[in-house]
Amino acid sequence: MNKVYTDIIQIAGDVITVEAEGVGYMDIAEITTRFGVSIAQVIQLNGKRVSLQVFAGSRGVSTEDKVRFLGCPMRVASGGNLLGRIFNGSGMPLDKGPVLSENLIDIGGPPVNPSKRIIPNKMIRTGIPMIDVFNSLVVSQKLPIFSIAGEPYNELLARVAIQAEVDIIILGGMGLKNDDYLFFRDTLEEHGALSRSIFFIHTAADPTVECLLVPDISLAVAENFALQNKRVLVLLTDMTNFSDSLKEIAITMEQVPSNRGYPGDLYSQLASRYEKAVDFDTAGSITILAATTMPGDDVTHPVPDNTGYITEGQFYLKNKVIEPFGSLSRLKQQVNGKTRDDHRTIMDMMIQLFASYRETLEKQAMGFQMSPWDKKLLQYGTRFEKDMMSLEVNIPLEKALDLGWEIMAACFTPEETGIKPSMIKKYWPKNGKD
Amino acid sequence: MALKRKGNITRINGNMVTVAFKDFVVQNEVAYIIHGEERLKSEIIRVRGKNAEMQVYESTSGLKVGEEVDLTGELLSVELGPGLLGQIFDGLQNPLPQLAEQCGFFLKRGVYLEALPDEVKWDFIASAKKGDNVRAADKLGFVQEKIFKHFIMVPFGLEGVLEVISIVENGKYNMKEPIAKLKDRNGNIHEAYLEQSWPVKIPIRAYSEKLKPQEPLVTKMRLIDSLFPVALGGTYCIPGPFGAGKTVLQQLTSRHAEVDIVIIAACGERAGEVVETLRTFPEISDPKTGKPLIDRTVIICNTSSMPVAARESSVYTAVTIAEYYRQMGLNVLLLADSTSRWAQAMREMSGRLEEIPGEEAFPAYLESRIASFYERAGIVKLNDGSTGSVTIGGTVSPAGGNFEEPVTQGTLKVVGAFHGLSRERSDARKYPAIDPLLSWSKYKSFIDETQVKRGHDILRKSHNVSQMMKVIGEEGTSLSDYVDYLKGEFFDFVYLQQNAFDEVDQSTTSERQIYIFNFIYNILEAEFNFEDKNKALHFFQKLGQQFRGLNSAKWKDKEFEKIEKEISSLIMEKSNE
Repeated sequence: MNKVYTDIIQIAGDVITVEAEGVGYMDIAEITTRFGVSIAQVIQLNGKRVSLQVFAGSRGVSTEDKVRFLGCPMRVASGGNLLGRIFNGSGMPLDKGPVLSENLIDIGGPPVNPSKRIIPNKMIRTGIPMIDVFNSLVVSQKLPIFSIAGEPYNELLARVAIQAEVDIIILGGMGLKNDDYLFFRDTLEEHGALSRSIFFIHTAADPTVECLLVPDISLAVAENFALQNKRVLVLLTDMTNFSDSLKEIAITMEQVPSNRGYPGDLYSQLASRYEKAVDFDTAGSITILAATTMPGDDVTHPVPDNTGYITEGQFYLKNKVIEPFGSLSRLKQQVNGKTRDDHRTIMDMMIQLFASYRETLEKQAMGFQMSPWDKKLLQYGTRFEKDMMSLEVNIPLEKALDLGWEIMAACFTPEETGIKPSMIKKYWPKNGKD
Repeated sequence: MALKRKGNITRINGNMVTVAFKDFVVQNEVAYIIHGEERLKSEIIRVRGKNAEMQVYESTSGLKVGEEVDLTGELLSVELGPGLLGQIFDGLQNPLPQLAEQCGFFLKRGVYLEALPDEVKWDFIASAKKGDNVRAADKLGFVQEKIFKHFIMVPFGLEGVLEVISIVENGKYNMKEPIAKLKDRNGNIHEAYLEQSWPVKIPIRAYSEKLKPQEPLVTKMRLIDSLFPVALGGTYCIPGPFGAGKTVLQQLTSRHAEVDIVIIAACGERAGEVVETLRTFPEISDPKTGKPLIDRTVIICNTSSMPVAARESSVYTAVTIAEYYRQMGLNVLLLADSTSRWAQAMREMSGRLEEIPGEEAFPAYLESRIASFYERAGIVKLNDGSTGSVTIGGTVSPAGGNFEEPVTQGTLKVVGAFHGLSRERSDARKYPAIDPLLSWSKYKSFIDETQVKRGHDILRKSHNVSQMMKVIGEEGTSLSDYVDYLKGEFFDFVYLQQNAFDEVDQSTTSERQIYIFNFIYNILEAEFNFEDKNKALHFFQKLGQQFRGLNSAKWKDKEFEKIEKEISSLIMEKSNE
């Protein structure tokens, strides 16, 4: 039986300090208050003084309350029983299903040995041309969507989830609005994907620090499936809320802040989560798509900045489209060489022409006269935005490549595109200009 | 043997653990926390009264107050000897492939394997004889490691002149069999083995003098070699915002650089990048030797999700191995990616020690640590008169891409060349994204000085004209200014930019660089007569396209000569005689 302690000697922020003995660092405890039972985690040991962060928040905690140490790190149930279920940020059911306590696994386990990883080489098809053609998503990639509040990043995540060919989808919601949570649930259900999904949801109404567990729980469960040869897609939204919770705890613990109040280890904290993305040499894989909202659309803000250094590219969602400039998939060249031989050509040329279109737009805005070439570019850009960039477009990669040729042929002569003759001969539409 | 010294844990805060000890402790000695069956490596970093604070090189979860700690009295060291080449180690010199064999997919904490297996036998050929007088780092003989003569040297820590009182005959020996006995002036006998160990934070100084770096190190990257060169034994840094291509640049340098040995220190970066090196290097052959690239490479990898304290030590592990091979008269290139992560590891530990923070919460000693790390580079004259060098190239990942931050600034003070990457260039898909207007180098290039100056000048002029054109439009610019603008763009397009995916263009030898630079110099110097700006633009576009073809053509083959002729006649048509 685990010993119960009642000597809470300090309550500050969401951190309480209790006098106890024989407690392991990072162990889990249960605090029974008059509002119910909450989970807490040891974050500092100093002699007999044990500091715990209380995930349900410290509001209403009395100095007389009972703290029971479970003598183990945070664990979560794993396995097939979780499929189709919805849990909160501490792994308790939010649906009407039973509490699961089988196949418990530790969360926040050790890192993967780099020599057991393979070079990512499998493309994930999403049906979104801006991703498939221009910045291909690759199995085991970790990729955030940089965006600002109000942009449809959750819709984008949901769409990728239902269209991607993966075995299991895990959604980790942090500070998610109730509407958004219902949106995810209904969308996945509508497309028959709910039965292969697991939700770990922390809503905006829950205490802030409770969301700290969400990425670890989601990724621990994902890792367990990946080891059983499953391809897992993990969606994390929104990682900025997670970072803000880290900041809150760090400041309560009187840590020296480094940049805009965020703790100095923000990079390591984020990296230890994102680095769980993996393609095992003899087992399954984990792909991570995350949403990172940028306060004030500022990409140099510590959260997107640190994230950008960790992840393998980013999708920059602005004005409801994926911006071709600023978006990057660092792994695309691992896969786009073996799809169709015109993939890279289309990718490079269409973007270069689109860049020229943007320059022309600027010229136009400044009132300079439009040359015939400028007019062609304007025609091209408008079609590109409507037929390629719009998130409503939903076509397979091959169709998107064909569409690319069609758009270019409608606007330019072959020479004007700068594409090498052998490619033109093979793919230039017969009814296009020549 | 002295009594085993022990201590007990009194406080745990992240990866910092405080220990109460009884006898004495040594600053920076290695200690092991005994946690059930596990032994977790740590290092003493501060002593206060009878309490010592340690950084733990592993995850501290589950540790308890009161648990025992073994103090070893030894500083954190690496094993140096044959068998390092082609290996991949973590920051504490744990061989990762062997670890995977033993522990599977994950890095289990508290498992430490031998960096160099004891039982492997090497063919030793002696060069020293009984009765010889030797000093530290003098050669006793060698074993063949891959393509190198791996010299077995007198342990670096021994002082003064020693007499060889016995040395084994040529034959097979393992790491634990002494190969020589040496007597010092006081009559003490020391044994020498194929391997020796050395504390990572202390530079190896067993050489006769440190020289000035002068000879260029050829990276085969035109922009670097021609305009912002690096010298053998020099230092350089590559700061840049995320996604600007720091790592790609480092990877290509590790492939093409003309050095004997490359040490890659992947410090706090993505595991995926290490995997790429790890999986591709055995398949790529080194053009100089024809052997797989991995044979000349050592990878020290402490990726971002591995314990932070070990990240701090990984750069020291890497530089110590580099110095070791330098002692054999080899040219070693150490690529550290990224030094900002290393600095952040220091910051994390400083925060836990509750030291008074400096700028952006980095510790006050940040600059001196950076300086002393880069100072371990250098070209040295060894005891036998030959030279060896360690060149250090470090990437910096400044927060927000802003170079005015402490790590970038601290690094710029001590390095010999600065290759600053810019977001504008990488967004425009210009590779390498090194900004020629921002970067500098204190070293001398193999390109003629007046030609290099002309290159710099035209880039600056071209930039100024383009800025001006944004305000007054193309119409308001004079034709001669416009031509200078085009010349600068042309120089950038065909010479500074390189296609990383083109087999020929991705690396350019020094011979070819000298030749092409001279060719371009003549174009930059030439006076052209154009009727109007459109004609000029068209001419340089055509010239640029032709030159790109030249860049992809093999050096001096038929295709190359054909394009070269075409370009020459194109120029002849337009130039004023």
